[in-house]
Parts: sequence; structure tokens; C-alpha cells
Amino acid sequence: MLYFANWKILVIVGACVLGVLFSLPNLFAPAQLAWLPKAIPHKQVALGLDLRGGSYLLLEVDVAAAQRDRLNTIIDNVRNALRDAKIGYTGLNVEGDAITFTIRDLDRLDAARQALGKVDQELTVEVANDGAGAMRFSTQSTENRRRQAVDQSIEIIRRRIDETGTKEPTIQREGQNRILVQLPGVDNPEHVKALLGRTAKLTFQMVDSSVTVEEARRGRMPPGTEILQAVEDGRGRGGSAYLVRKRVMVGGDTLVDAQATFQNNEPVVSFRFDGTGAKRFGDATRENVGKPFAIVLDNKVISAPVIREPILGGSGVISGSFTVQTASDLALLLRAGALPAPISILEERSVGAELGADSIHAGAVASIVGVALVVVFMVLFYGLFGIFADIALFFNLCLMLAALSLLGATLTLPGIAGIALTMGMAVDANVLIYERIREELRSGRTMLSSLEAGFTRAFGTILDSHVTTLVAGVLLYWLGSGPIKGFAVTLSIGVLTSLFSAILVTRLLIVTWVRQLKPKAIPL
Amino acid sequence: MRPLIVIRRVPKIDFMRWHFFGFAFSGVLTVVTIVLFLMQGLNYGIDFVGGTLIEARNISGPADLAAMRARLEALHLGDPSLQTFGSPQDVLIRLPQQPGGDAAQMKAVQQAREALGPGIDYRRVEVVGPSVGGELIRAGVLATVLALGAIMIYIWFRFEWQFGIGATLSTLHDVVTTVGLFAIFQLEFNLTTLAAILTIAGYSINDTVVIYDRVRESMRKYRTMSLRELINLALNETLSRTILTVSTVALAVLALLIFGGQVLRGFSIAMLWGIAIGTYSSLFIAAPLLYYVQPNRRAIARSDDAREPGVERAPR
Repeated sequence: MLYFANWKILVIVGACVLGVLFSLPNLFAPAQLAWLPKAIPHKQVALGLDLRGGSYLLLEVDVAAAQRDRLNTIIDNVRNALRDAKIGYTGLNVEGDAITFTIRDLDRLDAARQALGKVDQELTVEVANDGAGAMRFSTQSTENRRRQAVDQSIEIIRRRIDETGTKEPTIQREGQNRILVQLPGVDNPEHVKALLGRTAKLTFQMVDSSVTVEEARRGRMPPGTEILQAVEDGRGRGGSAYLVRKRVMVGGDTLVDAQATFQNNEPVVSFRFDGTGAKRFGDATRENVGKPFAIVLDNKVISAPVIREPILGGSGVISGSFTVQTASDLALLLRAGALPAPISILEERSVGAELGADSIHAGAVASIVGVALVVVFMVLFYGLFGIFADIALFFNLCLMLAALSLLGATLTLPGIAGIALTMGMAVDANVLIYERIREELRSGRTMLSSLEAGFTRAFGTILDSHVTTLVAGVLLYWLGSGPIKGFAVTLSIGVLTSLFSAILVTRLLIVTWVRQLKPKAIPL
Repeated sequence: MRPLIVIRRVPKIDFMRWHFFGFAFSGVLTVVTIVLFLMQGLNYGIDFVGGTLIEARNISGPADLAAMRARLEALHLGDPSLQTFGSPQDVLIRLPQQPGGDAAQMKAVQQAREALGPGIDYRRVEVVGPSVGGELIRAGVLATVLALGAIMIYIWFRFEWQFGIGATLSTLHDVVTTVGLFAIFQLEFNLTTLAAILTIAGYSINDTVVIYDRVRESMRKYRTMSLRELINLALNETLSRTILTVSTVALAVLALLIFGGQVLRGFSIAMLWGIAIGTYSSLFIAAPLLYYVQPNRRAIARSDDAREPGVERAPR
């Protein structure tokens, strides 16, 4: 018992010193931190959004919708392929994740399979012997597309959020097709949500004036056209519709810049194409002077101006009924680019900075009071040994904070609760050891052998109880989200550090006390 | 420096005599919980059922609940619930889950913000759409079941399977009755509550393990003592530890309950209850259950001989 190898002492003392050193920065405000000498660590515990204030948004990329869009564009190619091969079919449609159809000439199924196989490499073709057929994306390509869509979305969301001037946003993938956005300091995310909720797919398409919209609605729809609604302009107008050619003259992906400016005192968005975009736009406008074209955003027509002269400079202006805000939002969206798939917001949690500060205060007061009560309690019930336990508790707290800082873990309000709770539970190990020592003393052992037996016999029990708590902690971390993860982290770290501090630190303290002061009896 | 308060003597409480009352009490509590759970259900927070929660502070002074309610009702977003909490300036607003999927929830909170107008500080806004809510329930139930399973397996490893049964039953009892507390008082059941329940499971098993450890040790030490006496002895010998540990943890949790603020209230209440019921169940459920599952004492004694020869035996 009295023997403690020097290296062990060194390790224990070293760990405690490091614990104090690395937890130290948390006592300072960030501004004060800059004044500290370089030799002292500067890393602080990162505060969760519930403590520092901010918004947490969970987004989902609607990969299925993007896939449906693509199927809808491919369906034309399928129609052409079957027509070119002169194969009769009925019911060509997009259903769920597949293009479905029925081949009428049952003796030409092989020809149909062959013709359809050439439509798109990524599609698998299945035609049953009764003529029913389906084309789907192969699992491999669906998976690739999904990953691509999510990666691209993250990139574009980052650009959009950066443009709003939010500081230190965190944007990360969550699970398969979800994206977690954390915006510190933003307590009203409505603007960001409005920006993220739009796909911002901009296209320039010719307006078809050969028939009126009314006639087209009545069934005389010219091939390759569609009816698009006008954007509601907020003044109650809108509702007008345009007959637009499906073929896209130029897409928004060729834009290199967009800015909100004024023209005749009206807010407008000016834009500039890159080389290919400029050339295509120039060619298209040269061929269609005098005809209207539509500027389409997310399948709604912003405006449909008439081309007065060829636009060769590669730049232009979108005017519509914009307000200053909507014009600058549109410019921002165009600069950041279109999302590859629609995004829906599944979850929002916003905390104001004031409540965050209140929570920090409440958590701190609760922890300090809790620890103080435990400290006093231990001294009352165990005297000098209680003080040893309290010293160990202090190092435990330091080690926890140090570990949290070093691991870059996020401290949340439930996390603070975890710390307070761990402080209460950490002394359990000491209680077990001390009670055991008392029992051994009562059974007539000598002082030293009682100490020894107390530690060794209590160890198994302490280990069991810590492991069970750790199991709960790990499961919480694995299955929990946000603040709960924060709780799981502090609980689990606390269990590990208390195992160290309650057993080794206390033991070292007691051994040192016995060696130095040579006491005659144990004050228990 | 000597301690001021010492429990000098090992008490001689006949716990086993009271275990029938424990079983009966727990049985009633469990049945009541299950009945309430089935009939009344839990007051699920938005984490589970989706919807909107807004913590708003009226900047200029006490909030006019009636006016705020009228404005929200004009939006036809279902039945809004408003209540002040903390100070008369602070209002907790709940909007039910909106039909129409995730986008509809987001729209509802935007409309609510517009309807309430300026002069309000939004301290907290939480919107949970329908697709996430279901997942959180599944993850929560899964976590609880897995935790119980993992703990049982661990106990199985460390002890004999009979101990595993006792520990699992008593932990299950604690988890169920904690849910019962939330059903009886219709306290909001949310993710934090779930975290509390898992922590309670950990704490309760911790408490049980300490006692089981002692029972097993005594089985090796006093090979001829009757199981009933053994259990009583183990409970009495560990009683001071039980009381001290439950006190320190309860002190920490009380501090959280009193000073930790509104957000942690549900968590603290659950924890406080859990600590009480967890301690009770270790004494009156887990330990007496051993009497009924009858661990194989000969095997335990043998494993002791193999592992640590020379442990002292009580004089025959």
C-alpha cells in the first residue's frame, strides 16, 4: 500500500498538472485570453448553440425529387427512341423512381430492350414478357447521384450562408441525405431559411406565341412547350401564365456574377454570363429579335421581355416587380448557384443570445452550488479523508474541462447538467473505498492493511458501477442528437476521469499523508 | 481531522421482512403506470410529436396573453397553447403539428412571428417536423432497450445469470415508474427526459451492483448462512454507503433543480425521482429478488476458490 513507484507518482502528478493547465483557459474571457503568455494553452471548451445563442437547422436534400426531375427529362428521349425504332407503346409515364410503359408489339420486345438500353447508360431497362416495362437508375448510380447532390448542396448552402455574412457557420453532412447547419449568433433564421428553401434554378427560355395560353390549356399545346405561372409579385397580381418552350436557351449555371442595382429607380438584378453563356445568349437573341423570352426561376416566370436587339455583351438585367430585399436575395442566390435538388427544413432550434447567457449563468450557479454541497458533505462525513476526496474532485473537474477543451467537444446545457451530476457520482468511488476501510478497521485489522484492503476490495465494485454508467453514456452519445450528445460526452468523460481521480489521486494523497505524518490511527 | 458525523454501528434492519411490501408497492406502481400510459398517454414534447415551441419575452412589460392568443388563433394554425413561466413577461407558446409536412411547420413559425409583431424577444424557437419526430422516438426507445440489454449482459459476465435477472427487473421497474411519474403529472416528456431515464438506468444498476457485489462476497465468506440472512447482512453492511451516495447525488441534482433554470427542470425532476426509486428498488426489489432466483452458491464459492485462494472464512 505504501509503495508507490516513482513513475506512477510522476504520471499521476503530471496528469493533474496537465489537467489544471489545460482547463485554465476556460476561466478567462476570450478577450483576456489574448494577453496570456504563449506557453499556456489557449483552447477553450466550445459552447453549444443553446449556450452561446444561435440557430440549428436540420435540412434534408430531396434526392428523390431530383431523380424524378431527371426522369422527366429522359422520358422525351425514351419516347424518341421508341418512335425511331417504330415500336408501339402505351402509358409512358414517370411513376415513383421509374419510367414505366407498356410495349404493344409483343413480338418486338427484344428490339425494344435494345433501343431503350441506348437511351441512358445509368438506367437499367426491364421489359417483362407481357410488355410491361420499367427503367430505373441502377443502385450504383442512384448512390453516386445522391452523394453528389448532397455534397453539391453543402457547397452551395455554404456559399449562400457566407454571402449573408454569418460568422463561423458549421455546415456538415448528417446521415445519408441530411445536412446540419449551425449558425452561431443568429437568433432569427427566417431570412436564412428563406434563402435555403429556394432551389434558385434560373433559365432563359423562349416564349411560344404561336397559340395563346388559353388555347394551349384547351389541348392545343404545341410539342415541346409547357405552361409556366408568373411569380406572384406581392401586390396581389400574378396568376398570369406563359406558354414557354421547354428547351433552355441558357441556364443560370453559366452566370458569373449577379448584383442588385437600380434601373429607372426600380430595383433590378444585373448579371453577367461566362464565355459560353454569352455566346449562346448572343446567338439566341440574334435569331429571335422581336420575340419575347422568359426569365424563369424555379419554374416560375419572373418576366418575359421582348428581345429588341441581339444582346452580345454577355450581360443583362432582370427586371420584375422586385423590392430592394428580393432583388438582393435573388442576386445572392444567383451568385451562389442553384441547388441540385430541393431542400426541406426538418428541424429548427434557435436560441437567443440572452437566453444562452442566462443558461450559462444558471448552469454555472447550479454546478457551483452542487459541488459546494458535495464538498461540505464529504468533509462532514469523512473529515480529513473527505478533504482528500474533495481535492480529488477538484482535479476531476479540471481533467473533465481539459478533456472537453482538448477533444473539441461542445458543451451544452445538458452537458453542464452532466458535469454537475458526475460531481455527485464521482465521490461514490470515495464513499465505497472509505466505507470499506471503516469496515476493515472494525473487523480488527491494522491501519495499513485496512487501507490496503479498502482500496483493493472496493475496486471491483467501482469498476462495475462505472462501466454500467459508461454503457448508458455511450448509447446516449450514439443515439442522441444535439444537446443530448453534449450530456453523453460530459457524462462519459466524467466517468473516466473520476475513475482516475477517485482511485489514484485519493490513494496517492493518503499514501503521502501516511508517509509524511506517520499517523497512529485513521480518522474515520 | 475526524469526521463530524459517523455511522458507527452496522444497522440490523430486517429488509427481507419488508420485501413483500416492496413487491406490492412496486407492483401497484407499475400497473398504475401501464394503465395511465395506455389510457392517458404521455405529454410528449415537440421532440417527439413535432410542432413548434416558442419562448417569447415581451420587452415592454407583462405579456398580454389574451391578445397574443387572439393573434395566433387568427392564423388558424390549430389550437395554440400559451402560458407564462418564470416571469409575467415570459410566455411559452406551443403550436401543434401542422398538416402538410415539414415545410408547413416552417411556414407556421414564420407566420407566428409576423402575427406577434415587434416588441417581442424570441428567446427560444424550436420547430420539429413530422419526419424527425418519429425517428427520435425510435432512437429513444432503441437506446433504452439497448442500454438495458447491454447492462444485463455485463452483469451476466461479472456475476451469475440469476443476478442479471434481478438487476434487469429492478432497473426496468425504475425506468417504467419514471415514465409513470411523467404520465401521472403529465410533465412534458422530451429528449432531455429520455437522457434522464437512461442516466437513471445507469445509476440504479450501479446501486444494485454494489449490493450484489456484497451479497456474492458474503456467499463466499459465510457458506452456511441462509440466503435470507445473507441478503439482509449485505444490505445492512452497504447501507451507510447507500445513504451517503444517494445523498451526494441528490444534493447535486437538487442544485440543478433549484438553480438550473427552466430548460433543465424536467431533467432534474426525472433524475431526483430516479435516484429515489433507484435506491429503493436496489434495497427492496433487486436484493430480495435474489432470494427467489436462488443463485448457485456452490458455483460461486468454487469460482472463489479458483481465483483467490486464502480468503478468510468465517469460523464454522
